[in-house]
Amino acid sequence: MKHRTFLWFILPSLSAMVLFIALPIVSVFVQSLFVAHDQVLIVTENCGPFGCKQATTVDQEATRALKESAPLGKYNGFATYTNRGHLAFAEITEAWRSSDGVSTFLSQVLNLPFYRAVAFTLAYTFVVTPFVILLGLAVALGVNALPRAIKGPTIFVSLLPMIVTPLIGSLILFWMIDARGLIGATLQIVFDDPDLSLKASPTLTWITLFVYGVWHSAPFSFIVFYAGLQTVPQDTVEAAMIDGASRWQRIRYVVVPYMAPLVTFITLMQLMDNFRVFEPIVGFSAQASATSLSYIIYSDLRGGDTQLFGSAAATSMLTILGVAVLLTPVLIRTWREFNRKPV
Amino acid sequence: MFLKKIALVGAVSALMASTAYAGCGLTSGSVRILSNDFPALHAVAAGAEACAGGGVEVSKNQTTEHKDLQVAALTSNPAQYTTAVVANSSIVPLLNGDLIRPLDDLVAKHGQGLQKTQLVTIDGKVMAIAFMANAQHLWVRDDILAKAGVSAPTTYEEVLAASKAIRDAGIMEYPFAMNTKSGWNLGEEFVNMYMGTGADMFVPGTAEVAINNDHGVATLNMLKSLMEYSNPDFLTFDSNATQALWEGGELAIANMWGSRGGAVLDDEGSTEEVTSNTRLIGAPTWGNGSTPASTLWWDGFTISKNISDEDAEATFVAMLNGISTEMVKANNDKAVWLIDGYMPGRAAEGISATASAGAPPYPMMPFMGALHTALGNELSDFLQGKESAEQALADVEAAYNAAAKEQGYLK
Repeated sequence: MKHRTFLWFILPSLSAMVLFIALPIVSVFVQSLFVAHDQVLIVTENCGPFGCKQATTVDQEATRALKESAPLGKYNGFATYTNRGHLAFAEITEAWRSSDGVSTFLSQVLNLPFYRAVAFTLAYTFVVTPFVILLGLAVALGVNALPRAIKGPTIFVSLLPMIVTPLIGSLILFWMIDARGLIGATLQIVFDDPDLSLKASPTLTWITLFVYGVWHSAPFSFIVFYAGLQTVPQDTVEAAMIDGASRWQRIRYVVVPYMAPLVTFITLMQLMDNFRVFEPIVGFSAQASATSLSYIIYSDLRGGDTQLFGSAAATSMLTILGVAVLLTPVLIRTWREFNRKPV
Repeated sequence: MFLKKIALVGAVSALMASTAYAGCGLTSGSVRILSNDFPALHAVAAGAEACAGGGVEVSKNQTTEHKDLQVAALTSNPAQYTTAVVANSSIVPLLNGDLIRPLDDLVAKHGQGLQKTQLVTIDGKVMAIAFMANAQHLWVRDDILAKAGVSAPTTYEEVLAASKAIRDAGIMEYPFAMNTKSGWNLGEEFVNMYMGTGADMFVPGTAEVAINNDHGVATLNMLKSLMEYSNPDFLTFDSNATQALWEGGELAIANMWGSRGGAVLDDEGSTEEVTSNTRLIGAPTWGNGSTPASTLWWDGFTISKNISDEDAEATFVAMLNGISTEMVKANNDKAVWLIDGYMPGRAAEGISATASAGAPPYPMMPFMGALHTALGNELSDFLQGKESAEQALADVEAAYNAAAKEQGYLK
């Protein structure tokens, strides 16, 4: 294709991407460099249904001029990125200086909101992604071996976890794992521990969230693998059978290598999806034990009466950076494979 | 038959419109209400909507997301809503943004029926009209307390003793609960408990936080002692969860919102045994203090700044019609009204006892929201036993300082 033709061909999607992806990111980045203006505080007497009280309020007259001259706020550079709510350089340095061993240093670092969120986000991503791939493949192989008559209904049922809205799905499970819920009560009987509660300890909360993540995402990898299985060349499989390969050997040496590109694709999608884990934390009310990067953005924007736009923007930029770092190895691999193929 | 019904509906609505017209005395203007979404506010909005007709338009958006809509909606000119119904925390962003107008002229012209206590004044100017009150206070089950041989507690020390007695008697393993879900609810419990010490949360006249001290440590330790008697799931308990536990008869003593009283004491969702033995009493004191460990909340309406005087007046009159004595008489048990004509019922006893014992109002400071968020996010580690009280308070202070700097309150 000529370069000129190619340019015209790609122009609509390119402009849509600039408009809906690139520009918002630039705007969020600009926002992250600013904080609110210094507020002029005065002490006034406030009265209400419960009497009068001296209170501190903002002097509107004095701050209005400031706001009008610079509506974006006060330029703060990268100071928001390095404050305690984000990369916390000062706190990390202090922790390194004052702690006497790696474990005390780590516990001090994990006490900082950003690093605590990163820890859970990474754990979630790296636990859930492989399980989703393995479980999805297993279910796809199982369904593919079913007789034709019950295939359709089985596929439909297997897809249900993905069809349920994540927030609703996690809320339903949250009620089910309650000590009086179906799953919670059953677990108490199975483990013979009347005090067992999946909501109480951080470890069990993490495990619950991981299990939810696998349950929710496995249908995605299942359906991709199932589609892939339909295109496995039957003559190769039959040749393997004639050579005396067992079902396991056929899967290991024919089917899995054939579907390797799909594994890359699912890994890519799952890494991105799981890195921005959010709904289960809200649905399971798990924020005491597990927070993610997306959750702290939510908390900045929705936690209180006033929003911290600069802080939320900085976390968003750091999340994008995190996704980029995470995807680089997979993308490099894809690029090599692409180049290896004869054109 | 169908036509007859239509005619009847038409006649009724025409009648309602004409009486409303006569009642509100408005000829023109647009009333646009933004408020939270619960039955008491539905009644208020319905009262305001009765003023529609004859050139007056009334529309409403009642949503639990109101706090996140209000600043952007009132910043536009003209404002998207002519009134925002707020509480003492959610009025703060509107004041900070200079988005609501003083109401002194409208009060002088139309507000003869208002009680003086309903006027919320900031620096001498009326900025909101309060119409209902709320607070967290103790709820007790008289039958269970009697079975355990203890009387209704008036201090948190007595709450601990009573909970122990109930546990030792083998009646309940976890007789106590409060709204301790990590986040806003947990922050609110700390603020309530800290108020019982009588100490200030900020250095007066500044935005510097003053909770990292002996009062703060004592507050945290009291919360932790109480959690010994609360279900281990306590960090997931919000109002809906504690109400369900109460209605399920699984609690004997709880610290819950008074506004839930109507819903618990009605004949739905619970048993006769629970509702007839439930009593709402005042918030307790603790540590030999005399201030109840609770904060008082009001709900009230404000009028947007970026609207015409005509709309402002129409809105004010319509909202007054929404909080009229007739509305209160028809909806007496839906809230603790601050309006003339209100007859306090069983569900109001806790709030009025808490208010008359001198509980302070929730601090209406511009930087209070930042501290509340910091408390809600940083205290769960301490309650889970993962860090010391001193460390938790240091974390709160550091998180608050970072947020307050970003909002421009601290240099």
